[in-house]
Parts: sequence; structure tokens; C-alpha cells
Amino acid sequence: MTKALVSVPKTARRGDIIDIRAMIAHPMETGYRMGPNGVEIPRRIITRFVCTYGGEEVFFAEFFPAVSANPFVSFSLIASASGTVGFEWTDDQGQTESASAEIVVT
Amino acid sequence: MPGPAARLIVLTGVTGLLIVLTSHASTDDISPGERRSGRDFMAPETQAIQADDTANPGMLWVLQGAGLWTQKAGPADQSCASCHGAAQASMRGVAARYPALDAATGKPIDLTGRIAQCRSERQGGTALPRDGDELLALTTFVAHQSRGMPIAPPDDARLTPFRDAGRQIFTTRMGQLDLACASCHDDNWNQRLAGSAVTQAHPTGYPLYRLEWQGIGSLQRRLRNCMIGVRAEPFATGSDDFIALELYLMQRAAGMEMETPGIRP
Amino acid sequence: MTEPTTRDPLGNTALGRRAVLAGGIGLLVLALSVRALARPSLQQAVAGFTGGAPVTAGRVKLTLPPLVENGNAVGVTIDVESPMTAQSHVRRIALFNEKNPQADIAVFRLGPHNGRARIATRIRLATSQTVIAVAELSDGTYWSSEANVIVTLAACIEDLT
Ligand code: HEC
Ligand code: HEC
Repeated sequence: MTKALVSVPKTARRGDIIDIRAMIAHPMETGYRMGPNGVEIPRRIITRFVCTYGGEEVFFAEFFPAVSANPFVSFSLIASASGTVGFEWTDDQGQTESASAEIVVT
Repeated sequence: MPGPAARLIVLTGVTGLLIVLTSHASTDDISPGERRSGRDFMAPETQAIQADDTANPGMLWVLQGAGLWTQKAGPADQSCASCHGAAQASMRGVAARYPALDAATGKPIDLTGRIAQCRSERQGGTALPRDGDELLALTTFVAHQSRGMPIAPPDDARLTPFRDAGRQIFTTRMGQLDLACASCHDDNWNQRLAGSAVTQAHPTGYPLYRLEWQGIGSLQRRLRNCMIGVRAEPFATGSDDFIALELYLMQRAAGMEMETPGIRP
Repeated sequence: MTEPTTRDPLGNTALGRRAVLAGGIGLLVLALSVRALARPSLQQAVAGFTGGAPVTAGRVKLTLPPLVENGNAVGVTIDVESPMTAQSHVRRIALFNEKNPQADIAVFRLGPHNGRARIATRIRLATSQTVIAVAELSDGTYWSSEANVIVTLAACIEDLT
């Protein structure tokens, strides 16, 4: 189950600048920590985050281990047309999780 | 400034952690007007994370719990919702009155224990491990339904001996550092300890997301941290001692507002 | 449940944690792993992003709390002054730190459809240090803003078992 929370306004007027937020459950294990047995816990982080709007990429982020566990990011978009805002996170093992929200633009 | 009766406690633990606490009195209760949630001791930035559901990472577990609430399991293929309906109505205020008396055993049971019990005895699903992510998520989801409501410990005389036992634990010195919970949380709550606010130890936000844990954790996990902090052997998870402590903490915080999922440093 | 022995943001060793608690900055330096010592300096990291192009202080506003309760999750906001039009916009924004084991924090790619060059996220800081945000504009120029952060740590430590 994808444990992700995204926030997109349900409605907006064309041309409005809207606030987008996205957060996903992920340990963002740095690879620098020791486990209880004294062995390094292997690195496992989300490395790529993409936001699409109407199918086009509108925001992209590359993450390193210094991004907090359960990564949170907020950014803006210009409301241009009704459609789907998609979110996709990919970790360094190639696992992808996604979420989406609909916006109605008048 | 500490008065003549003041005592200076200087602790140097095995980690070289240096703690200086001024203790001006023996274990006096905090007066109701002075009670403050741990939230009020946090930096404004940390408070802002808790206040905004789109930024509060604890909401990820609320979301997971909501998913589990409607997931079918057991021989009758029932979900929590099959029997309880919408949690927004049926679970509202429930967390605010736990731990409660478990009629079958005559002993108090905490919210997590009750959910685990319902899961295995009524739903007949596979037992969920106590501090595992799923039971934590369900507890967080159920407790979240009481957010904003006052803590309302049950007025049940059968709970009194357990509450007294909890109070006894709270005020008894323990561990290599020979400190009681009350030494910090009743007597020195306004102090800082190696950068952290000591706080009054109110259980208002649990399960909560602690930045230190980088995840959500139960009240018992927090209590375990404090016991380890004074170099005491922590009680076993789910033990009578922990539940007695929880019961006392909820009584001590009666009327304070539930915050689940809280954020703490 | 597997509880790692270390709880600091970027995995200083158990020794590192003790050093931090003892408050000794000298000790902390000792505790940094070999890998941490091999990391590029802040300047080298920025040069890697800009390809050596000059960076001017200004146009970027990096906001971080000056005093942080826990280095595991430090809120950061970056604002860049830009009309965000097709002709003139922010192309990329990078965040770097001075003292974590790795200098990179995140790189964001944006454009005119964002309307406003404002990003917020949460980052890990292993210790008190400088953080820098560098913005690449569509005209190929680079602009930056720095902030110094003091990181205090929680006192009650997690299980060491
Ligand atoms: C087969 C029906 C059934 C299922 C399935 C079920 N429960 Fe229950 N649950 C009950 C009954 C009956 C009670 C007792 C109600 C009472 O005492 O008033 C109860 C009590 C509870 C209580 C205590 C309520 C209170 O007011 O003290 C909680 C919390 C709870 N259940 C949570 C859950 C969760 C979470 C699940 C899913 C994992 C679940 N239950 C699944 C029937 C069910
Ligand atoms: C040496 C002082 C000290 C002692 C003794 C101590 N604690 Fe704590 N406790 C703290 C500090 C400091 C914090 C909060 C700091 C942090 O978040 O790291 C805390 C936090 C808590 C919290 C979390 C409150 C919240 O807002 O979420 C609870 C509950 C708590 N303690 C209960 C106890 C109990 C019960 C005991 C006894 C078993 C105990 N503490 C013993 C120092 C102490």
C-alpha cells in the first residue's frame, strides 16, 4: 500500500498560483548508520520525485541521504487546465510509488 | 533562582551526558492551571509541523490505519468497519478514556491492547505485534478520532489501585541515576536537559511522530526511552507496570486536549 | 523491531553520539567517519553544480530556523526572485551542506509553469553548520544564499539494545 499524502486544491481559477505538497512514508536510510549488531544498515533512499500535470512533468527533485525520513516537499504550480496532478517517487532499488489528485480549473 | 532548600543534582552518565537539575521541592503535583502539553515547549517550527495535516508526517500512519480499518480479515472476512462502521463516529472519544477496565481480566487495558484483542478475538485475524507498524497505525487512526477532545479517564473505582500503582512508579527513584519520573516531570519540568525541554510528560499526543525516531511511536516506547535515560531496566512492552503508568499519566492529564498524531523533537 | 544503535541524523557512530552529548566539538570531528572526511568541501560541491561558473550572493532567500531542536528534520524554504516566465525563470535549485557525510542535499528542477520559485522541504543536519542554496537561472547565471544553523539534540536516548 502506498503511504503517501498529497495536497492539491480541488478547484482553482485559471492562472492562479497554487500550492502543492507531497509526503510519503520512506525510511530514507542513509547508509551511514550502524545496526544493533554493529553492522552498517544498507542505504535505501528515494532518489527521484516527479510531479506531472496533465501528463507533463512540472517539477522534479533529486534527493540525497540528507533529505529527512518520510520526505516532504512543497512547491507551486500555475493552474492552467482541469486534469490530474500526478506524483511519483522512485527509490534506489528502483521501486516506484505513485499518487494523484484531480483539480478543476475554471 | 533556587532557594535555600534547593538541591543540585548533577548526573554524569556512562555516556558522559552531563545533566544539571535544580530541585526545589519534593514531588509536588503540578497544579491544573500550570499544566502544559509537550507541544507548548516545542519551537514554533516544530509546532507548525504538528498543526498542519498536510505537513504532519504522523498523518501517514493515520492514512495507513484508515486503510487497515476497512481491510477484511479472519474467518468471517470482516473488517473493523464491518462491526464498527465509520470510525469518525464510533471511535470518537474512545482513546480519550483509555486505559479502561477489561471486564474479562478485571485489569486495565490500553487502547493498543484493546485493538489487538478485538483483532484476534472478535475479528479473528492474525495477531498483530504490539509495537509493529500495523497496530501502531490502527492505534494512531483510532486515537486521531479523539483529537481536540479532553482526556476523560473512566470514573471506575476498580481502576483506583492500578492508578495508585502507576503513581507509585512515577514517584519512585529508579535506575543508576536514581531519579523518579517526578524528579524531572513534576519538579523540573521548566528546565532544559542537554538542549531538550524536560516538559511535564503529558500523554496527549500518542501515538506520536518523534523527529528523533523518524517515525511514529507509542507512549510505551517514549516511556522506555525515559527509563533507559535514567539507566533503569525498562518494563516489558504491554506489561502491567507500563499500563499502570499510562493510567496514571492519563489521570494526571485529565481534561487536557488529545493531539494525536502529535509531533515531538 | 530493529532499533539502530545510533539515532543521530547522519549516522555518526555511537562514539559520535556520545561526543555530541558531551558537547565537545573537537570530539565530534574525531567521530566523523573516514567517508565523511573524504567528502568535498561546500565550495567544491557548489562548483560541481555550476560547472565552475561564478556564483553571486543574492536573489535567493534560504530560510532555516537558526536553532534546531532535532537535526533529523529541519524545515527549509527557498525563495528565488524571478518572474518565472518563458524568457526568464529558475531552471534548477540545489541545496548543499557543510558538515554532513555527504555535501548534496537535493536538487530541484522547475520552470515557467511553476509560477513562483518557492520550495519547502525537510532535511537532516548532523551538526551545527552552514547550508547553501544555489539557483541556476534561465540566462545561465547562478545565485545563492547561505544560512547558519545550530543543532541541539534530544536528551533522552533511544534503546541501545
Ligand atoms: C466481529 C465484530 C468486530 C470486529 C471485526 C472488530 N470489532 Fe472492535 N469491538 C467489537 C465489539 C462487540 C466491541 C465491544 C463494544 C463494547 O464493549 O461496547 C468492540 C470494541 C472495540 C474497541 C473499544 C471500544 C470502546 O468503546 O471501548 C475498539 C477500540 C475496537 N473494538 C477496535 C477495533 C478495531 C481497530 C478493529 C479492526 C482491527 C475491530 N475493533 C474489529 C466488535 C468488533
Ligand atoms: C532525567 C529526567 C527525566 C526522567 C527521570 C524522566 N524523563 Fe520523561 N522526559 C524527559 C525529557 C527531557 C523528555 C522530553 C525530551 C525529548 O523529547 O527528548 C521526556 C519526555 C517524556 C514524555 C513525553 C511527553 C510528550 O510531550 O510527548 C513522557 C510521557 C515521559 N517523559 C514520561 C516519563 C516517565 C513515565 C518517567 C519515569 C519512568 C520519565 N519520563 C522519566 C526527561 C526525563
